[in-house]
Amino acid sequence: MQNYSYDDTYFLPLDPKTHEIAISTEDLNVYYGDKQAIFDASLPFERFKITALIGASGSGKSTYLRSLNRMNDNIASARVTGKIMYRDLDINGDGIDTYEMRKHIGMVFQRPNPFAKSIYDNITFAPKRHGLKDKAKLDELVETTLKEAALWDQVKDDLHQSALALSGGQAQRLCIARSIAMKPDILLLDEPASALDPISTSTVEETLLRLRDNYTIIIVTHNMQQAARISDYTAFFHLGHVLEFNETKKIFTAPKIKATEDYVSGHFG
Amino acid sequence: MNAKRADKIATAVLYVMSGIIVLILALLLFYILFNGVPHISWHFLTAPAESFQKGGGIGVQLFNSFYLLFLSMLISTPISIWAGIYLSEYAKPNRLTNIVRTSIEVLSSLPSVVVGLFGFLVFAVQAGFGFSILSGALALTVFNLPLLTRNVEDSLRSVAFTQREAGLSLGLSRWETVIHVVLPEALPGIITGMILSAGRVFGEAAALIYTAGQSAPALDFTNWNPFYIASPLNPMRPAETLAVHIWKINSEGIIPDATAVSAGASAVLIIAVLLFNILARLIGNKVYKRSTGL
Repeated sequence: MQNYSYDDTYFLPLDPKTHEIAISTEDLNVYYGDKQAIFDASLPFERFKITALIGASGSGKSTYLRSLNRMNDNIASARVTGKIMYRDLDINGDGIDTYEMRKHIGMVFQRPNPFAKSIYDNITFAPKRHGLKDKAKLDELVETTLKEAALWDQVKDDLHQSALALSGGQAQRLCIARSIAMKPDILLLDEPASALDPISTSTVEETLLRLRDNYTIIIVTHNMQQAARISDYTAFFHLGHVLEFNETKKIFTAPKIKATEDYVSGHFG
Repeated sequence: MNAKRADKIATAVLYVMSGIIVLILALLLFYILFNGVPHISWHFLTAPAESFQKGGGIGVQLFNSFYLLFLSMLISTPISIWAGIYLSEYAKPNRLTNIVRTSIEVLSSLPSVVVGLFGFLVFAVQAGFGFSILSGALALTVFNLPLLTRNVEDSLRSVAFTQREAGLSLGLSRWETVIHVVLPEALPGIITGMILSAGRVFGEAAALIYTAGQSAPALDFTNWNPFYIASPLNPMRPAETLAVHIWKINSEGIIPDATAVSAGASAVLIIAVLLFNILARLIGNKVYKRSTGL
């Protein structure tokens, strides 16, 4: 593989006056045991925009994403240093209630992981645990979130059927509906379409584009066309380093650095 | 030898080996049922055992077996679920966890007669429970707990890691995720394991000979006050179980129809264990369907 200098980078500055920042990281480092997986990653994520994280396998983009809502806390050997600023609060700090924080920063995973419960219960389960008991409100929540995730028309007659009977694409949209039922500010998606066929993928993409009106979305993707189709900003990861952050159309038409250019044009490695 | 031929031979060997296992089971079952079933009657199942005459039944022993099983499951189920949850969800991979796991493995491989003697010394003698249902239930718990814990741990582990991540990503605590997401999904496996181990416990003799005792005093089935000495529910009375009864009449029985009683009791025991196994499957499937809605 060709060696790229980690000093040859480009970061588009986002002026906070014109671009409201929903969440950002400052010098984020992630270690698995002795091995460092992310090096000093500093990125801003604009509110109500889609930011794509791209890079080859092992570039650290998923690791970085999972740090944002501290899912790496569950991995015993993982250690995360640096700041994650959300509403003027460093959520990587010690005193943070991670459970409360994750209500604001939701996540959708690579493989659809609906609970082994009914479609209805999949959506209402967490809100109920957090204290929403009113039946009419729960019904409404199920309908609105399923509509937002473009699944309502297909499942409205089977709400009490098992979610395990859904197809992969439907299950993934249910997982998206389940996440937005918590009314999060930010939605993290870790390659949400990589296990899906092209038709399901495009439905999920349409769903994300619609959700952009109300949510800040950060998506990891292997699929560069997908990044180009749906994202506003793109960050390029290489071996744990963020090398370029720019508007998506710039990344794909006029990348600032050689590594990005090689990656998006397929001359990588 | 070409690959196709090798595969054919391997298949044949595997068939024969599996066939031998099935054959052994079938022969055993056939032999026990053929000899025992003719002796089973309502009288046999309900009458108390005779000491010197023929015509005795196994009513008290049958009741004792179920009651002992019930008490032992009552003690071991909660412990094994807590321990299993700890090992599967909370224990960090360190030395302490390794020690706990190794202890469980060693405990599960202890011969049941050793557990019985241990139970005799600790529960019957030291703790002063004497030959009693309580001593027996505690000995069975020692015998059963490691396997139950292992079963709970394995059932929980078989639930995909992504389910836990799903729960956590919705702002649920780890405890809520375990109790409301992981445990319900593991429940069919846990219940199946519980019932299967109930079958094992039901047929256990060696661990009970020195703990629950070898005598079955007549019970007064009209008095259910657990503190009354002849009450069926009294946990402090000695209680010979079905399996112990079979062992006793074969080793020192002086009733004239010992062979027949033994054959009949064995058949009842086997049928009960078979029922536990069938029940385990049925209930496991049903709980799975109910909890997943499939």
